[in-house]
Amino acid sequence: MAKDLDINVHHLTRVEGHGNIVVRAADGTVEKCVLEIVETPRVFESMIEGLNWSDTSLLTCRICGICSVGHTLASIQATDNAFGTEITEASYVMRQIMCMAEQMQSHTLHVYFLAAPDAFDAPSVIPLAGSHPEVVKRALKLKKLANTICDVLCGRHIHPISLRPGGFTYLPSKRALVGLKQTILDCYEDIEATVETIASVADKFPGFEREREDISLTHPDEYAFYNGRIKSSKAGEIDTADYEQFIKEKCVKHSTSKHAYNVDESFAVGALARFNNNADQLNEQGKAAAEALGLTAPCYNPFANNFAQTVEIVHCYHEALKWLDKLIAMDLSEADVTPNVVPRAGRGIGVTEVPRGMLVHDYTYDDAGVCTQANCIIPTGMNLGNIDRDMQTYVPSVIDQRSQDEIAHDLEMMVRAYDPCISCSVHLLNVEWV
Amino acid sequence: MAEKPKLKVSFHDFTSCEGCQLQFLNCEDELLDILGHVEIVQFREAIDDKSDEYDIAFIEGAFTRESDRARLEHIRKCAKVVIAFGACACTGGLNVLKNYRGVKEAMRTVYGDQADWYETSVALPVEAAIKVDYKIHGCPVPKQEILEVVKSVVAGRTPRIPDYPVCVECKLKENACLFHKGQYCLGPIARAGCGAWCPSYGGRCYACRGLISDPNNNAAKDVLEEFGLTVEDIMQEFRLFNGVYDVAQPPDNAHVKSC
Repeated sequence: MAKDLDINVHHLTRVEGHGNIVVRAADGTVEKCVLEIVETPRVFESMIEGLNWSDTSLLTCRICGICSVGHTLASIQATDNAFGTEITEASYVMRQIMCMAEQMQSHTLHVYFLAAPDAFDAPSVIPLAGSHPEVVKRALKLKKLANTICDVLCGRHIHPISLRPGGFTYLPSKRALVGLKQTILDCYEDIEATVETIASVADKFPGFEREREDISLTHPDEYAFYNGRIKSSKAGEIDTADYEQFIKEKCVKHSTSKHAYNVDESFAVGALARFNNNADQLNEQGKAAAEALGLTAPCYNPFANNFAQTVEIVHCYHEALKWLDKLIAMDLSEADVTPNVVPRAGRGIGVTEVPRGMLVHDYTYDDAGVCTQANCIIPTGMNLGNIDRDMQTYVPSVIDQRSQDEIAHDLEMMVRAYDPCISCSVHLLNVEWV
Repeated sequence: MAEKPKLKVSFHDFTSCEGCQLQFLNCEDELLDILGHVEIVQFREAIDDKSDEYDIAFIEGAFTRESDRARLEHIRKCAKVVIAFGACACTGGLNVLKNYRGVKEAMRTVYGDQADWYETSVALPVEAAIKVDYKIHGCPVPKQEILEVVKSVVAGRTPRIPDYPVCVECKLKENACLFHKGQYCLGPIARAGCGAWCPSYGGRCYACRGLISDPNNNAAKDVLEEFGLTVEDIMQEFRLFNGVYDVAQPPDNAHVKSC
């Protein structure tokens, strides 16, 4: 039977920021199927311009409370790159640990608090505290772990304090680092149990696939997060300085929003894109988690992003331990991490992997170290075109079998699986008003 | 004895990074206890339920477009207690920076020729639209103050919010003074309550919790003078979070509305 659909999910819940899902179909034909972004304009780029180099990362980390460490890492790499600042081995290791903690914190929040309720048929994590208390307690413990790592290394997770261009303004004591290691080790079983929990509800996520282009960083020595070269599954590798070659923007007919594209009409970034591009570089625990979840590269099911995030929680947990051991063995003094920054005129580009995908900060400074131009490209913005195309492929494939409410629920899950961060993306997105 | 009905709590976000809502979720050790005393009925970032029946409304984010006024007024009508949650809600936070760039110019920088498509106006505190009962300052808000305010409102008493400068807390922490390290800091006039968070990790205080109600401006100027600085030298840092205060206004900047 040819069906009509009229879905309007106003202010989608359990995502960061404001978005609406709009679907209209008549006689079984989908006429419109888009994710609208209705967040207020935040104009960060214009606010960065005119700021001193020492303040740029303090402003841009506040683009997003959830990816605050990630924005800081991209921002300080851009500033270091512009001034030609070399950081010490100790600062590098500390930044790596921060980077691992960032993925763990955000993925835990997303998998347990935002996505898992769908799998447990609950409207939020709160009723799960009654029905599955052990899961909620574990979720809180793991989220706290990532926060504790950030607290010890740079003061806090949201808007980190001592993580600065050129190094760190604070060095944790060896005692604090050894204590932190114990705190991490105390969560060992919780990490294992996370994989078991997600594997136990794996069948709740729809089995839908659409072939796509994946873009992420890649690194010769490791599963890339902190830095590397840019890799497309369809167009090879380029240096980060040439990011504009792969990240192109265009207007599309059905939307006044600009969408990103490269080889295909859209591409994907994020945990699943990283997994698809670099899965063979996961550590052994990460590989075991992927196997337990039945995840193999390349996987083109957008819902499986939740599984890729789970794999990365495991991977990052063990990487954080590895980097922390290295840091403890270094016997540091404050001078080993103290920033030594000499501003000069120039352009700097920082590209790093944040939980939701590749993040670009691109700054130009004058002689005095004042920012004259800035551009930030946010992973959620890069994913928007891909989200629309997934929805536009999915809806016709299920329109005859599933009710309007079921389809609306599936689409909410699908958008949520991308873990969109709308506050982040809106500073450069165009908004479609219906 | 019949159990006292739980107070209903809602969270609402306007122009912000949503970090303060996350900071609420970051009270991991206390979260389940808090939920024993209050019921969260609206929290878009974390739950599906949307209810207009609530006693306490937490509002995160700055008021940056006129069309948000009706939503704010609606929240005020529904809630018995309205709490401005975080720097953006309390003072407009760093969103106010765009007022200094000129809103039109800022929009053009980001959106180019399509800037006129989107509605925005100067960034203002929530108080510019509706009455606020309590403010939890900070970028982000300190966890201890979230707990103090939640406990106080549940118990029906006025929360204790510090009104003395960050320097007091910094001294108690025995931090080396940043001025003595050759850096400057807004600690002498900034509202405490964060535990001197930034200076304790080698960062300067940017007064993200706003100014104390009666700052000793002369003493602050003396400190600056002692270290060879003028008020104008620190204005850029000052405006990062406190652009909304009259003292931050440049004399020739007529388009910035203060409150």
